[in-house]
Amino acid sequence: MNVPEGLKYADTHEWLRAESDGTVTIGITDHAQAALGDLVYVDLPAAGRTVAAGDACAVVESVKAASDVYAPIAGEIVESNAALAGSPEAINADAYAAWLFRMRPADPNALSPFMDAGAYKQFIADQA
Amino acid sequence: MVDFGGFDMPLHYGSQIDEHHAVRNDAGMFDVSHMRTVDVTGDSRDSARAFLRYALANDVDKLKAPGKALYACLLREDGGVLDDLIVYWLGDDHFRIVVNAATADKDIEWLRALASKRAPALTIGPRDDLAMIAVQGPNARAKVWRALAGSEAATADLKPFNAASVARPFGDVLIARTGYTGEDGFEIMLPAAHAPALWQALRAAGVAPCGLGARDTLRLEAGMNLYGQDMDETVSPLESGLAWTVDTKGDRDFVGREALAAKPAARKLVGLVLTDQGVLRAHQTVHTDHGDGEITSGTFSPTMKQSIAFARVPAAVEDGERVRVDVRGRMLEARVVKPPFVRNGRVLAPSQFPTTC
Repeated sequence: MNVPEGLKYADTHEWLRAESDGTVTIGITDHAQAALGDLVYVDLPAAGRTVAAGDACAVVESVKAASDVYAPIAGEIVESNAALAGSPEAINADAYAAWLFRMRPADPNALSPFMDAGAYKQFIADQA
Repeated sequence: MVDFGGFDMPLHYGSQIDEHHAVRNDAGMFDVSHMRTVDVTGDSRDSARAFLRYALANDVDKLKAPGKALYACLLREDGGVLDDLIVYWLGDDHFRIVVNAATADKDIEWLRALASKRAPALTIGPRDDLAMIAVQGPNARAKVWRALAGSEAATADLKPFNAASVARPFGDVLIARTGYTGEDGFEIMLPAAHAPALWQALRAAGVAPCGLGARDTLRLEAGMNLYGQDMDETVSPLESGLAWTVDTKGDRDFVGREALAAKPAARKLVGLVLTDQGVLRAHQTVHTDHGDGEITSGTFSPTMKQSIAFARVPAAVEDGERVRVDVRGRMLEARVVKPPFVRNGRVLAPSQFPTTC
């Protein structure tokens, strides 16, 4: 299971990456894409939308089922990955390259409570 | 792995979509040993043929040559569908039926109860010693012939919905040119002890193992019902797209006939193609100009690259109509089409529609 260093991880299987401009890029983890199976449809939030932490703000659908993706942090959606609409399978191919959306966090320290790679590896091992 | 009718079965072996395309473009195989084989054998006192003509809604008298197969429904007296099955005539007064796993015990109990009244000397024997492997795809037959010695001579001239026997090397094998994918291929029944060896031989011949996930997208594209989802005991075959399997020619008495004749179908099962982005799923509500209906099976079609479904809707709905489906709170537009969507690798249902007519 691919869990890169340098990212933060939510217990709902999103990854978060702090960008130099203060925004946070968010996607689903390799573990999540493997559990979902072949993805066939992605519905992403519109830029400008303000979300609370835990809000369902995107949907990824595999051949098996539809799953909500939750905003791990509060803030404003600044961009969605439009390229995914025509190729949701890019998430299966590389879940860390195929980001879903970028947010401007309401709290600049919003990432500190999230798991690092080591803790997330342990988390998914404990769930298995 | 998932539980399916009491069996642990793989949803996929790797990528479900790759498995789907393997069957559409080459050859894939499914371990369908969960399906229950039941032999029905008559003797000088009671005829299996006469019994099955009464028990099944399709007429086994269509089976004129040994090895011939027929798709049929087992109905209740009120016309509800107990199960769908394939029945083979194997010669003399010996028939073989293949039923769904989840319903097998109920089916056997039902048939034995019917037989106790009408044909008590019949033998209704589950063949739990048999396994079944379905090999499907445009190259499926050729790959089976490479893997199973003697099978080419026995089955090269076999027509669809016919079966032939091969005695070795995997025990007594029955090879039927049937399937659940809309592609050519075989369903192979053989002694369970030989099944792993045949599976390995098929792998060596280049047949891709496929799971339940691909089986579901393939059968839906092929316009084939799944029992328990598209029909069950609460609906009639006439409201399930299965009128073609109910043979009302002549005055043959069969279970459910009177009930079906007394009650015209108020609903029907149709195909839907989603013209918006999204995925149709079972139990979503379908809004039509003639009243509401419900999706019974829905998925993303890997061949058409858009979502397709079966839906049970008011009988007045016609092919080509536009309907609206509530997909997770969004109203998406779909078109009514006549299944199948895909056959022998080709898309049949119009996949793209103009946005205005």
